[in-house]
Amino acid sequence: MEYFVQQLINGLTLGSIYGLIAIGYTMVYGIIGMINFAHGDVFMIGAFIALAMFLILTTVLGFAFLPVVLLIVLIVAMIFTSAWGWTVERLAYRPLRGSFRLAPLITAIGMSIVLQNFVQITQGARVKPLPPQIQGGITLMEGSATGISVQLSYMQIIIILTTIALMAGFTLLITRTPLGRAQRACEQDRKMAALLGINVDRTISLTFVMGAALAAVAGLMFVLLYGVIDFYIGFLAGVKAFTAAVLGGIGSLPGAMLGGLLIGLIEVFWSGYFSVEYKDVAAFSILAIVLIFLPSGLLGQPEVEKV
Amino acid sequence: MATNGSNRAVAAPQNDPNSFAASVKDAATAGFLVAVLGFFFIGIRTDIAPGGLDLKMRWGAWIVSILVVFVGRLLLNLFVLKTDSPITRKIAGAMPSGSRFAGTGKWLMRALFAFALVLPFFFTTFFPGKDRQFIDLAILIMTYIMLGWGLNIVVGLAGLLDLGYVAFYAVGAYSFALLAQYLDMGFWFALPLAGILAACWGIVLGFPVLRLRGDYLAIVTLAFGEIIRVVLLNWYEFTNGPDGISGIPKPTFFGLELKRGEGGFADFFGIAYDPIQRFIFLYYIIFILALITNFVTMRLRRLPIGRAWEALREDEIACRSLGINTRNTKLTAFSIGAMFGGFAGSFFATRQGFISPESFTFLESAIILAIVVLGGLGSQVGVVIASIVMIGGIEMLRNLGFLQQVFGSGFDPVQYRMLIFGLAMVLIMVWKPRGLISTREPSVVLKEKKRIGADMVAQGEGH
Repeated sequence: MEYFVQQLINGLTLGSIYGLIAIGYTMVYGIIGMINFAHGDVFMIGAFIALAMFLILTTVLGFAFLPVVLLIVLIVAMIFTSAWGWTVERLAYRPLRGSFRLAPLITAIGMSIVLQNFVQITQGARVKPLPPQIQGGITLMEGSATGISVQLSYMQIIIILTTIALMAGFTLLITRTPLGRAQRACEQDRKMAALLGINVDRTISLTFVMGAALAAVAGLMFVLLYGVIDFYIGFLAGVKAFTAAVLGGIGSLPGAMLGGLLIGLIEVFWSGYFSVEYKDVAAFSILAIVLIFLPSGLLGQPEVEKV
Repeated sequence: MATNGSNRAVAAPQNDPNSFAASVKDAATAGFLVAVLGFFFIGIRTDIAPGGLDLKMRWGAWIVSILVVFVGRLLLNLFVLKTDSPITRKIAGAMPSGSRFAGTGKWLMRALFAFALVLPFFFTTFFPGKDRQFIDLAILIMTYIMLGWGLNIVVGLAGLLDLGYVAFYAVGAYSFALLAQYLDMGFWFALPLAGILAACWGIVLGFPVLRLRGDYLAIVTLAFGEIIRVVLLNWYEFTNGPDGISGIPKPTFFGLELKRGEGGFADFFGIAYDPIQRFIFLYYIIFILALITNFVTMRLRRLPIGRAWEALREDEIACRSLGINTRNTKLTAFSIGAMFGGFAGSFFATRQGFISPESFTFLESAIILAIVVLGGLGSQVGVVIASIVMIGGIEMLRNLGFLQQVFGSGFDPVQYRMLIFGLAMVLIMVWKPRGLISTREPSVVLKEKKRIGADMVAQGEGH
């Protein structure tokens, strides 16, 4: 029982990270109908920026008060990663709007390779370890019989709370602001939205910026939670987050979050109860199974093919 | 382009967008963007140091990269993008026009074929010191040409984006390696079996997923590719896991081994033994395999099934309404492509003598896809040219010693290969979405043969 609860907490933490990345996929898919294959690598970029900024603040400038440091790192990482997200869209996707359907997917793969190798060249191929920064936690259950106690670390609390706060803010942004309205309009009919005076290109760019900012948050969390990053983390995290987006129903924001949590839970339980080696196979199989049997996902609307 | 319209509108209308000031401003924006993007990557480097991570500032590299982008963008603006008489137009005017180029394309193909036919002897005669290296490179390029042609059936002809093609390459390689290990089978017996096994895998994997739409299909094939790789990596008892399989037998020439001494190829024909003979032999094997791939593809294109593939690529809904069984049509393309991937895989295994799951990562799929895309989807010559340029060009990077004198001894051009690959993929897609060779010969004609220009065909899903 204790083991189960512990895995549940771990799964929800991991799932929060996947969910934040998945939002980037689902929003872009919703608005321009393409899979932003490079999004996982934007997450990786965010993790590297967060790591570098953290080191600048702690070792070079000598800040010691952790909450302020983390807040500054978060904001800086979001801004700089957004710049990356914007640039990727501007260079690789905007010129291809209106091209044949697979063209943006191919440039997205190219962009993903470019980002990975750019980081590999400039930052080196070796993993970057960061010692755990936030230690301690709350002991929820003392397992007397099994000897396993359930730990809810402060790190996990911070991740889950940040995710909830971001999701709430994000939902408000989409439902209540003019930008959100413009985005929903572009999602439904881009041509009509343009006719009604919405700057479609700008709206799409902002969608990428928002997705990248959330990916940066996920990147920071990943650095703090795992303490190890390299240039290749974006690929697997990206595929899993995409799986999450598809599972939740691509195009649906609550769906992306739900899918992220489910994928996190499945991955953690799979490694906990079956085998660690095949945990990626589990995620990939879910992707295939969902796409084949439930292409509209849990919360998505079935897509109608227009002729 | 219409998509740039809003951008131009933002630039104040009273100013001439082609003025020098506008060009400088635009270049300054690009420079600023690089300053922002590069700050944490070019300007700073985190390194593992005793007692944690260490930061290293590289302001020199950061400023140089900003200046390079600024100057590059400025020159591009002044001479190409923001001028009334772009230089590119003059160059295009000096180049032979499309119709004239079409004739040379055919001759180019014949010349390439003739050269490929005598290639090993060309190198042994003219570059006796480096022939081994060059023939090895030719074998590598030929392998990629074959893989590119195989994938071209799936992506170029049938319009199905397959991101997991390397899975079939892996199935072919492992089939041969395992057949040789457990059943002691030789290359020529295992080769067809490997192809059939790969084709079966193509059917098994393709059957459930081929009804998915284009981009979903791409992601599912990617997932399958990774699943196969992870299984090969972890099924230690059967595949030897990450250690791979070594000691894979070499192909024989009608039962004659290409070895030194009694009973070998050289001994049988009474010629002096030379290790280069084995490379020449391998070259001809892959050359013939590649030719078979090309021949089969060209023939299939003329059969009803090939026409159905191309029709499917252009408009799936129209196909379905004309009574084409889209699933079976896709499945044949998928499994025939997989079969050639399997052949290439078992050739790879016999050439290397050692295989491990590391050779079959997603990156390999991306390289093969890049070759097909850059050459022009559906173009056979394009694949050849793209393979030569990409694989050969990357090998050439190894020989650029003078760059080390410019950038210092720590500079290794080879590590830039994938970066260049990715950039080429993006740039060519943006510049020429149909690839370098973008005109198409129609496979069925009424009365006279007309070339189809790139702008006349749109690919996939009836767009």
